[in-house]
Amino acid sequence: MREITLSQAVNEAIAEEMRRDPTVFLLGEDVAEAGTPFKVLSGLVEEFGTERVIDTPIAEPGFMGIAVGAAMTGARPIVDLMFGDFIFLIMDQLCNQAAKIHYMSGGKLNVPLVLRTNMGATRRSAAQHSQSLQALVAHIPGLKVAMPSSAYEAKGLMKTAIRDNNPVVIFEDKLMYQDKAPVPEEEYLIPFGEAHIKREGSDITLIATSSMVQVAEKAAAILSKEGIEAEVIDPRTIVPLDEATLIQSVKKTSRAIVIDEGHQSYGITSEIASRLNEKAFYHLDTPVVRMGAMDVPIPFSPALEDITVPTPDRVIEMACKLCSGEMIHAA
Amino acid sequence: MAKTKTNTEDYLRMYRQMMRIRTFEDTANQLYLSAKMPGLTHMYSGEEAVAVGICEALTDDDRITSTHRGHGHCVAKGANFKEMFCELLGKEEGYCRGKGGSMHIADQSHGNLGANAIVGGSMGIATGSALRAKLLGQDDVTVCFFGDGATAQGLLYEVMNMAALWNLPVIYACENNGYSEYTKTEEIAAGSITARAEAFGIEAFKVDGQDVLAVNELTQKLVARCRKGEGPFFIELETYRYHGHHVGDINREYYRSKDEEKDWKENRDPIIRFRGYLVSEGIATEDEIEAMNAEIEKDASEAVAYAEAAKYPDVSEVDMHVYAD
Repeated sequence: MREITLSQAVNEAIAEEMRRDPTVFLLGEDVAEAGTPFKVLSGLVEEFGTERVIDTPIAEPGFMGIAVGAAMTGARPIVDLMFGDFIFLIMDQLCNQAAKIHYMSGGKLNVPLVLRTNMGATRRSAAQHSQSLQALVAHIPGLKVAMPSSAYEAKGLMKTAIRDNNPVVIFEDKLMYQDKAPVPEEEYLIPFGEAHIKREGSDITLIATSSMVQVAEKAAAILSKEGIEAEVIDPRTIVPLDEATLIQSVKKTSRAIVIDEGHQSYGITSEIASRLNEKAFYHLDTPVVRMGAMDVPIPFSPALEDITVPTPDRVIEMACKLCSGEMIHAA
Repeated sequence: MAKTKTNTEDYLRMYRQMMRIRTFEDTANQLYLSAKMPGLTHMYSGEEAVAVGICEALTDDDRITSTHRGHGHCVAKGANFKEMFCELLGKEEGYCRGKGGSMHIADQSHGNLGANAIVGGSMGIATGSALRAKLLGQDDVTVCFFGDGATAQGLLYEVMNMAALWNLPVIYACENNGYSEYTKTEEIAAGSITARAEAFGIEAFKVDGQDVLAVNELTQKLVARCRKGEGPFFIELETYRYHGHHVGDINREYYRSKDEEKDWKENRDPIIRFRGYLVSEGIATEDEIEAMNAEIEKDASEAVAYAEAAKYPDVSEVDMHVYAD
């Protein structure tokens, strides 16, 4: 199968959907000729013109609000938010407006829009360009949240998101844009709420999102050499969450580490760990362990930044502790 | 009044719609005072000529976005009393199945994209509706209603900038009722309100919001120009809010005098003024107007009785409509 980058996968997904549905359009800062700072959207303006690939002023709440109104009245906007950190700027439009309009109208108005943005630290971009804020939006009923872990997921989830009749937030990992993965030439969609078992194993379950799937896979490969078989599961969407697949795996392995690049406290890892405790408690041999980003603003200095996010070494260390029966209450 | 008799039917409908708003609000206020309505509500009384003058220049395909003080916009855009009162009382047959209430009432069938409980919250939505019209080659116009208080929100300036850059068919209708909640507008708004739009190259107009014909005449012109691709536009409508910020805001002498309220109610009331005009121009007799008022009154009491007896939504609806299929 051919291999393409995550960036190309996103681009292809959007182009295909724009060809299929004339109501789909893109708007955001520097999306047209510039194709975004990460060059993810390069070439789209040449095919679809500036009417459907719209450069906006630097006014995130404004263009987010405009997307909500366009979505409510028959278009399918894809909003490009240059950095995930800018979500704080659009909170009212995303969480008070987009997320609630279908419910508040008794189901009469729909808001079919996609907010594509990014996440991920270790790019030396410091505290306002490095956050992974998926927990913030996953908390709000009415929003769906997708977190692609490779080019394959990025394409399939994007196409599903564009066809969904709800506001969907997609977090892409900035460091993965150039990572290649096999992506079929023929069309495919990835349904929301279906986790993907990336690697089967019987000793411990590693539930990982987005960038952390690679971390978990690297850890699992090394653990295997030490005789520990880890099962790696990528939920692919946080909302809706495929709880059944996660619970089934944990019932089999009796141990789990949940890994996500958002801050650990009150985060995605906390939520998933709680569900496992509630629904698989009697199958667990050890506490479910959370591994998120440290609860600090992301620092600039490489010496500091690199220790704020989970790494394969830390996952291996924790998995070994759990599998050896070591008490980890102090972890 | 701005204009002489040109269209009897239109004039009678404008009177009827203004009277329907006043009657709806008086009835809603009674529901609040008699503790029959859950929550609070914000009365539109006094501002009727704004909503009616504007909405009478629109078709059902044209969209509006409304505010927390939104009953007037909803009625003016064509909503029925029955579904509105059901919504205010949280009943299943309400426009939003009781899930929105007074501050989120929306009527998709007549192009009302909904009231919004965030001050200024719908400015993006209105502008986006206009962008959709342009993108899909549809010729409808969107009117964004908001108050003077909302001119302090930054969103207005972001979306007016884009609407002007992209020539969108949107009309920003600023209902200046003199008060931003419990504070005089002059204490929260520096400089001129229309100048804010003019800074973006948007043509801005100031009109007497108590004169339904003046409002309607101006809006008709601007809607026609929007359809030709000459939008956006901005209108500041000078008007007055008879009640407090909400129905519970009873003692308000610390921010405005009773003499001021009396002056607006007695000398500038949009309904009294238009009624006098209809009679003096021979468009309707006093008897005909009284008969119309009585019919509206009857419609309102029947709708309230219906809504009071109507069912609440089943508890199984609580997690319905979180996500669309």
